[in-house]
Amino acid sequence: MRVLCFALVGLMLACPVHAGSKVIATGGSTSIEGAAGGGIVPWAVINGYASSDQWSVTSVVSRVGVDDFSLHNVGIGASFNNQWEVSLTRQKFQLDTIGGDLQQDIFGLKYHLAGELLYTDLPQISLGFQFKKHRNPALPLAVGAKKDSGTDVYLAASKVYFGAVAGRNLLLNATVRATKANQIGLLGFGSATDNQYQLLFESSAAILLRPELAVGVEFRQKPNQLAFADEQHWRDIFVAWFINHHLSLVGGYVDLGSIAGLAQQQGYYLALEATF
Amino acid sequence: MKTSPFSSLWLALCIFGWSLLSVTGCSQTVPRDQLYQQLGAGAGLEKIVDGLLLEIEQDQQIVHHFRDTDIERFRKLLIEQLCELSGGPCQYSGASMQESHTGFKITQADFDNLVRHLMKVMETLEIPITAQNQLLGLLAPMYGDVVYR
Repeated sequence: MRVLCFALVGLMLACPVHAGSKVIATGGSTSIEGAAGGGIVPWAVINGYASSDQWSVTSVVSRVGVDDFSLHNVGIGASFNNQWEVSLTRQKFQLDTIGGDLQQDIFGLKYHLAGELLYTDLPQISLGFQFKKHRNPALPLAVGAKKDSGTDVYLAASKVYFGAVAGRNLLLNATVRATKANQIGLLGFGSATDNQYQLLFESSAAILLRPELAVGVEFRQKPNQLAFADEQHWRDIFVAWFINHHLSLVGGYVDLGSIAGLAQQQGYYLALEATF
Repeated sequence: MKTSPFSSLWLALCIFGWSLLSVTGCSQTVPRDQLYQQLGAGAGLEKIVDGLLLEIEQDQQIVHHFRDTDIERFRKLLIEQLCELSGGPCQYSGASMQESHTGFKITQADFDNLVRHLMKVMETLEIPITAQNQLLGLLAPMYGDVVYR
């Protein structure tokens, strides 16, 4: 298996054929919930490198390691026409200190409504859905969540400004999300007292030092619905290297605040993505 | 209690970002033809366009658009246009972007390919990344006049 992986990675590094026509890095990376974006924020970009009338397939493994928890994500995604994006992600959230793990599946759908990331004054605007289903419903329900599944809806705007910061290109993204999820759904959806959708703001900014190398920051507003423990906003800083049209690597430092009563959860983020 | 490195990191990033923006903002005194010079002036633009033509020639997706094109004339006009755009001593004498692309049914994928070719050529010619970005920023808005016409 490992040999196969190395062979595949080697092939992708050597392969001169590109996966699609889009410019390097414009498919973004894959966020922890499967949507093309940064690490914790979905962007308006469509995953992979498929331009008009082209298909693209992405696969990603990512990992977040903070003081008392670690999150392992495995996902696949596909896009068509630089317009439609679908993704399937399985999250495994390990409670390293408490013991045990929680799993969640996410089906993502994104539609590119208007604008072009690089080419139009209007930012690229996309509408996305994340259908989330918990695989271990007992724990979220025990800590006060109302349901074990839920749907997030988000509207994202992304734009690259050429030469905006010391001659380097700047990517700005803003996302508004309607959600009932507690800790992105890992602690279920809604609470005994509040089952309304909440509107939350998320944002990323990245400087492209080179076309294939970006450094950036992200912010994600979080709800705080469960009585048993506080939930806090998330932040990260990241470096993304788009090695070629087939491989990208993202490393980051995340601050996830308090999770399930354990304060100051900080640590690393790593994502390896393959695109075809 | 553990101290968060984030507050200081954010502060540092903000100051860094602000100073970079200030540097950009103070650059009003640059000569009008700075980009033209960074692209290598007339000879540089010829190299860029010749490199681009070679890339187009090898690209099955877009080469068919040039089937009936007078390449010599196209070359001359493109050099002229890039020269004028970058602040050089030229005046573009060709038709508007919209006029010259109508009927070609150029797709987004075609446009993306051309952008990638231009980026590759500029990289090969070792044009500074800031000049590359500046030129791409001048060309990007032409998208609407070029594709799906």
